[in-house]
Amino acid sequence: MLSKQQVEHVAKLARLSLTEDEVELYTKQLSKILDYIDQLNEVNTKGIEPMTQPIPTVNVMREDIVKKQFDRSEVLRNAPYEEYGFFRVPKIGE
Amino acid sequence: MVRPYTDYQPIMYAINVIVLNTTQSKTKYEVVIGLEVHAQLKTKTKIFCGCPVDFGADPNTNVCPVCLGMPGVLPVLNKQVVAYAVKTGLALGCKISKHCKFDRKQYFYPDLPKNYQISQYDQPICTSGQLEVNGKVIGIERIHMEEDAGKLVHAGSDRLHGSDYSLVDYNRTGTPLLEIVSKPDLRSAEEAKDYAQTLRSILRYLEVCDGNLEEGSMRCDVNVSLMPVGSKTFGTRCEIKNVNSFKSLARAIETETERQSEILDSGGKIIQETRLFEETSGKTISMRSKEEAHDYRYFPEPDLVPLEISQSWINEIKETIPELPHDKKIRYPKDYSLSIDDTKVLTDDRNMAEYYEAVVRLGANPKKAANWLIGPVTAHLKEHKTDIINCCMTPVQLADLLGFIEKGIINDNIAKAEILEELLSKGTNSEEIIKEKGLAQITDEGEIKSLVKEALETNPEQLKQLKEGKDKVKGFFVGQIMKKSGGKASPAVVNKLIDEYIK
Ligand SMILES: [Zn+2]
Repeated sequence: MLSKQQVEHVAKLARLSLTEDEVELYTKQLSKILDYIDQLNEVNTKGIEPMTQPIPTVNVMREDIVKKQFDRSEVLRNAPYEEYGFFRVPKIGE
Repeated sequence: MVRPYTDYQPIMYAINVIVLNTTQSKTKYEVVIGLEVHAQLKTKTKIFCGCPVDFGADPNTNVCPVCLGMPGVLPVLNKQVVAYAVKTGLALGCKISKHCKFDRKQYFYPDLPKNYQISQYDQPICTSGQLEVNGKVIGIERIHMEEDAGKLVHAGSDRLHGSDYSLVDYNRTGTPLLEIVSKPDLRSAEEAKDYAQTLRSILRYLEVCDGNLEEGSMRCDVNVSLMPVGSKTFGTRCEIKNVNSFKSLARAIETETERQSEILDSGGKIIQETRLFEETSGKTISMRSKEEAHDYRYFPEPDLVPLEISQSWINEIKETIPELPHDKKIRYPKDYSLSIDDTKVLTDDRNMAEYYEAVVRLGANPKKAANWLIGPVTAHLKEHKTDIINCCMTPVQLADLLGFIEKGIINDNIAKAEILEELLSKGTNSEEIIKEKGLAQITDEGEIKSLVKEALETNPEQLKQLKEGKDKVKGFFVGQIMKKSGGKASPAVVNKLIDEYIK
């Protein structure tokens, strides 16, 4: 069972602000999800190598060759704010 | 502006995070230091996209959807990055992982467009190496590959005037980095500095990194903790960032050691935190980073497949490793009868070492060639803010010059005063300069004899002393005669003729 503190911690890490009710609700829902996932622990995995990728491929690499980059006006087109060719962002808190 | 939260502090590796001990003469504590060095790799393109790595470019001109973290894009690993990582690992005696993967390290910061950094967590590409520093072996915990973040710019006085925004340039985003983590084996500021300098020298020999601390192509984070002398348990460590030179590195460790010992002496406790070294005050200041900021929630990067490094590829890379400074330091005193100090100066930089070896291969006397390179040549290079490969003098030209001295055609002083400068700045050849300026040494005894006679006879007082056996006066006469000859008389012949005259 997940604690309320854990949910608050995760929310904080994800920069989400939750109401009391939401914390309550998500604590229950996330706990259920985790319980469901926990069923996997019942599978006997003795002797099976851990896998981090379902695709049976390794070593996808490219050569160190420059590809044409994008035009800056295009790059900045999606930026809400720009200045002197830079992306403009809110000041970073101390 | 320094980015907080980017230090490598996985929970599983708490122990390797650095921190070691050193003997402080004046205190009862041993300081324990570990270094995390970030080395920017000299590839043409970024680690996961084909954008060029170019630090002089206008802001946001070397970016693409991949390094900007646009939705739906896929990273593709740059093969050269892997090769450089393996090369570095081999040079540092590491074990190269046959199998490894990339992971996502999550944190929010405007210089990180994806909100995660692709790094390697529990399967670094290289592990358990070592680096010998002044005869002591310093362990290398691990080396892993990761991507750099962008650059935040606080335009000029903006901060002072309470500006409410920052500017971001993503050109650096995705530049390949190697993070080289030492074991907490370092025990003094001096030792840490030597370690960093030795590592830099190797990275430059390997041609994988420029190793420029001031410009940030090599960056050091330092972990410092104290423990009572004789203790086996490390104290709580602090991580120091923003160290931009080897001098600052030593200074940061010294002031942090002082700060921590004062706290411990007064019965206080060290709080584990990240601190910033301030160049101006020479102090470290707390970054007061929030605790959960270090909760990076690593998980395997689903957009990249695992890496398998074959023995044949490793062997191929091994072939590209040149003789390293450590091996040269053993060989030079043996092959060239050089002192340890001279060897150190010549081998620190690969270009200098290779230049020296070339001059010797061309037949120059090894000791003489070393003296010339360490002395007048280095002085000239420093004065003109250049280096041995960018000056005009080729190894052939230096070997020729030394040959003319060896054969007695010119003497050392003339070579230094009249020829060297021209070789270094114009690259003409010695033979032409000697002819043009009429610098060839006078070895004709008849010609010198008259100079000797003249000098001795016009200084009867000194001549009397010389005849009485006052050898010091001989130097006076040699000087007079050399001056008269415009420095061209052969000192050996001059000495011989003076002896003959007074006999
Ligand atoms: Zn890109």
